[in-house]
Amino acid sequence: MNLVLRFFLRDWRAGELTALALALLVAVASITSVGFFADRVRQALTLNAHQLLGGDLVVSADQPLPAIYRDEAVARGLRTAEAMAFISMARGPSGAQLSAVKAVGAGYPLRGRLRIATAPDTADAEADHGPPQGSVWVDPRFVGLTAASIGDRLDLGDASLPVAAILTHEPDRGMSFLNLAPRVMMHLEDVPATGLVQPGSRIRYQLYVAGDAAAVEAYRAWLTERLGRGQQVQGLEDARPEVREGLDRAQTFLGLTALLAVILAAVSVHLATRRYVERHYDGYAVMRCLGARQARLASLFGGQFLLLGAVAGGLGCLLGYGAQAVIGLMLGDLLGTDLPAPSLLPALQGSVTGYVLLLGFAVPPLLQLKAVPALRVLRREAGAPRARPLLAYAMGLTALAALLVWQSGDGRLAAYALGGFGVAFLLFALAALGVLHLASRLGRHAGFAWRYGLANLRRRSRANTVQIVSLALGLTAILLLAFTRSDLLEAWQARTPPDAPNRFVLNIQPEQREEVLEFFRAQGLPPPELYPMVRGRLMAINDRPVRAEDYAEERTRQLVEREFNLSYMALPPRHNAVIGGRWFGPQELAQGALSIEAGIAKTLNVGLGDRLTWSVAGETFSAPVTNVRKLDWDSMQVNFFVITTPALLDGLPTSYITSFHLDEGRAAAMTDLVRAFPNLTVVDTSAILQQALSLMERMVAAVQLVFLFALGAGVLVLYTALLSSQGERIREAALMRALGASRAQVSAAQRTEYLAIGLLAGGLAAAGAVAIGAVLASRVFQFERYAPDPWIWAAGPALGLLCVVGYAWLGTRAALDAPPLTVLRQD
Amino acid sequence: MGVQDDAIVQTRGLGKVVPSGEGSLTILEDIDFSARAGEAVAILGASGSGKSTLLGLMAGLDVPTSGRVWLDGTDITELDEDGRARLRARLLGFVFQSFQLLPAFTALENVMLPLELAGADDAEAQARQMLDRVGLGARLGHYPKHLSGGEQQRVALARAFVMQPRLLLADEPTGNLDAATGGEVIDLMFELNAAAGTTLVLVTHDENLARRCSRHARLAAGRIVSD
Ligand SMILES: Nc1ncnc2c1ncn2[C@@H]1O[C@H](COP(=O)(O)OP(=O)(O)OP(=O)(O)O)[C@@H](O)[C@H]1O
Ligand SMILES: [Mg+2]
Repeated sequence: MNLVLRFFLRDWRAGELTALALALLVAVASITSVGFFADRVRQALTLNAHQLLGGDLVVSADQPLPAIYRDEAVARGLRTAEAMAFISMARGPSGAQLSAVKAVGAGYPLRGRLRIATAPDTADAEADHGPPQGSVWVDPRFVGLTAASIGDRLDLGDASLPVAAILTHEPDRGMSFLNLAPRVMMHLEDVPATGLVQPGSRIRYQLYVAGDAAAVEAYRAWLTERLGRGQQVQGLEDARPEVREGLDRAQTFLGLTALLAVILAAVSVHLATRRYVERHYDGYAVMRCLGARQARLASLFGGQFLLLGAVAGGLGCLLGYGAQAVIGLMLGDLLGTDLPAPSLLPALQGSVTGYVLLLGFAVPPLLQLKAVPALRVLRREAGAPRARPLLAYAMGLTALAALLVWQSGDGRLAAYALGGFGVAFLLFALAALGVLHLASRLGRHAGFAWRYGLANLRRRSRANTVQIVSLALGLTAILLLAFTRSDLLEAWQARTPPDAPNRFVLNIQPEQREEVLEFFRAQGLPPPELYPMVRGRLMAINDRPVRAEDYAEERTRQLVEREFNLSYMALPPRHNAVIGGRWFGPQELAQGALSIEAGIAKTLNVGLGDRLTWSVAGETFSAPVTNVRKLDWDSMQVNFFVITTPALLDGLPTSYITSFHLDEGRAAAMTDLVRAFPNLTVVDTSAILQQALSLMERMVAAVQLVFLFALGAGVLVLYTALLSSQGERIREAALMRALGASRAQVSAAQRTEYLAIGLLAGGLAAAGAVAIGAVLASRVFQFERYAPDPWIWAAGPALGLLCVVGYAWLGTRAALDAPPLTVLRQD
Repeated sequence: MGVQDDAIVQTRGLGKVVPSGEGSLTILEDIDFSARAGEAVAILGASGSGKSTLLGLMAGLDVPTSGRVWLDGTDITELDEDGRARLRARLLGFVFQSFQLLPAFTALENVMLPLELAGADDAEAQARQMLDRVGLGARLGHYPKHLSGGEQQRVALARAFVMQPRLLLADEPTGNLDAATGGEVIDLMFELNAAAGTTLVLVTHDENLARRCSRHARLAAGRIVSD
């Protein structure tokens, strides 16, 4: 053991292990940075499940909950609290702000605590209840958007309530990127006075329950049998499924990204170990000669690598820990809950990754040492043992596959990822090889430096291809985020015409229609088209009851569980196109019929002729689907999934909705609109889009950090590959100089080689990023046209050059600094 | 035919044939050689005559195609690699034609290596002492690449001697040295031979070195032509 340590220190000091250690370090750091962060989030979700839920059980619905639900809970000795959540305008001294209103009753929250302060960014304190009747609390974001302060009066619908505190923490608020509007919290008793509960308003009713675990379980069992459509119950285990699902997906994505770094690091580990082993053939033979037994030497070298794994793994964990802290800073507050410190489990995961890499990529070359005969000390040629590429590839692939499956937790996804990496590697390699050959051919007529440098590229084409491909993969990751992302975003934004509607107005009551249109005229704005809207629940398809659990996808389940926005009209909406069946004719208008949007028809598996049964405000009706519409969602017009013939919805509670384009200079008109009609909700879609974009920017920044590890690993491959060919380069330089080449000529030739590697890798990376962008554009975003930013073709090679410039200089210097005589005299 | 009692190393009918091209190449044929304890034997012969091969076979670094080798009375042709390694560790030191110092190890560490492999506690003290004796006490921390050829050769000798082997096999120990340095190295070897009774078996082209040896064995085309 002692000896292992001493050998390790000697090799370490001599720099024999540096490249290997760096490769392991990058791999472990990459994996643990993601691991630590995911661990903190997981802990936050599980440890605080009670608080995240605000109770032990939450019953929610889009209609008022039957009183018996609460009474039964109270009868069973459980504590209860009620709440309502809805979107509304809140008007303060400086204008109207779209807000997420939550009205809470006595007892809320049952688990966790609200925290309040007197101003944003001042010390906050726990509150033991919600806002008292006759006042509201607002969150710091609301203050940021409206400059409201304590004492200001906020108008909510017909009520006017003073701001009594700044709400700094709300246990069950969830991830803030799901909450686009700032929070206004009020007392439940104040809701009727606002007059905001109207037909067509979307309101979430909640009943919180908490108490003895067994009683809660029993209550849940009692409740589950009675739940109606649109009513849901959530317990601790299924707290915040949307958060969990989102995080799971993000984690898988980040994990696979981290694996890109690991895969590239694996190439480095292999190259570095091969170099290490080649440089230790002699020493191994000498030790055999000095009487060391095979087993002894195996444990000596094996021990060194174990130690190396521990040291590099440990340092990698530290680096990963630092990186996760940065990710946490960038993303933490998006989660809306404090992140606890990470556990040590991800460190174990990182160390395992390091050792798997060693096992898969270092052990096969290391095993070659065993085949080094002692005779090598006498005859050099006797010594170079045959490499066993099959064994090496098999072990390497197995190791990678194991890591992928482990990281993604999904065999199919792992297979896709491995296949994807493999195809990318192969394509890049073929392209690199092709260009290398072509370049050396073209270079034949160039000057000495180019001719020689390019010829060298081809002679060492295998090693160079590995370098180019690895660097290109790392650079692709960076370019994807730096260029492709913004290209796609721009293309997406450009799809919306500049005069597309940017405001939606909801909750217009039938009797307000004329007045609202008059308001527009008075303001000199073109009066918009108002569409009737009725909320209805889909009860049955062809008389088969619709149940959420019959659908596999979470999104579809939520869709059928919620109420649909139905509309009715005799003429087809202008921006819709009927692609199946025919728009309502006189017969349909008389008998009742439905028009459905193509996408939702596919999701629900509904076609022409199918009969849908709806329930609206307690009344049920059914009608056949007689046409299918295609919508242009990008038009930002008011659109409906389902439109009925007018007679079907006649007399049912209706509100009106509209969308229009408002020049930014007229924004104040909306404040006046809301002042005149306090019950209206105005949604500024451009502001919401802007906010969503800025949130996305932050997430991308976090992903970029992980991608940096991949680039680091790519550069490392370059470095290890350079090291392995350095001896050869030095000897070559010496020989050329002995044959009369000048120092300048030799260095120019060698630099040409590096520059070509950098340019080629960068060019390939740009091509890769553009290709991936094109696939994303057509497959995921369904753009017709995708024009990549032409700068990517300059940025890729420039980045590639930046990565090699250090080596071009240092490597050439090293090759030239040794006097030719010394070099040539060796061996 | 048995083993000579006082022979530290002995070969009988030793032959080495290696496959080459279509046929096979006989490097050594029917070698009978022995060296008694405390003796100094020079093995002479033209380049390619098989001297290094013979030395390697005697050290058990390679296996013969025919015949036997005894080291200190043990027939090493019956041992496996590890068995031979163990015997080497106990018995012999080897100086290579091309030094074979470990480049990542300092001079001191190179000399400590055999002691460390054997698990000695005072490896460093012994190695320092031995380097002092070969006149490199001031160069302990230097790496081989910073030492001259002669200095490297002396480190290699110190490494061979530090285990106080009973048999020293040296392949052209002065081959890379000028006359003066070569002389120093020769003096050193015979000093150690005299002090510890170490048997020396030396392959050499060097007249000076050969002259100091009590016996000369001459190889030609794989056979011993005079002893
Ligand atoms: N394993 C082998 N395979 C093929 N040929 C070999 C092998 N080992 C030795 N030889 C050949 O056998 C001959 C003798 O080699 P050896 O190294 O023993 O000679 P030497 O007497 O030490 O020569 P020098 O004085 O040049 O060192 C040489 O021609 C060598 O090429
Ligand atoms: Mg020889």
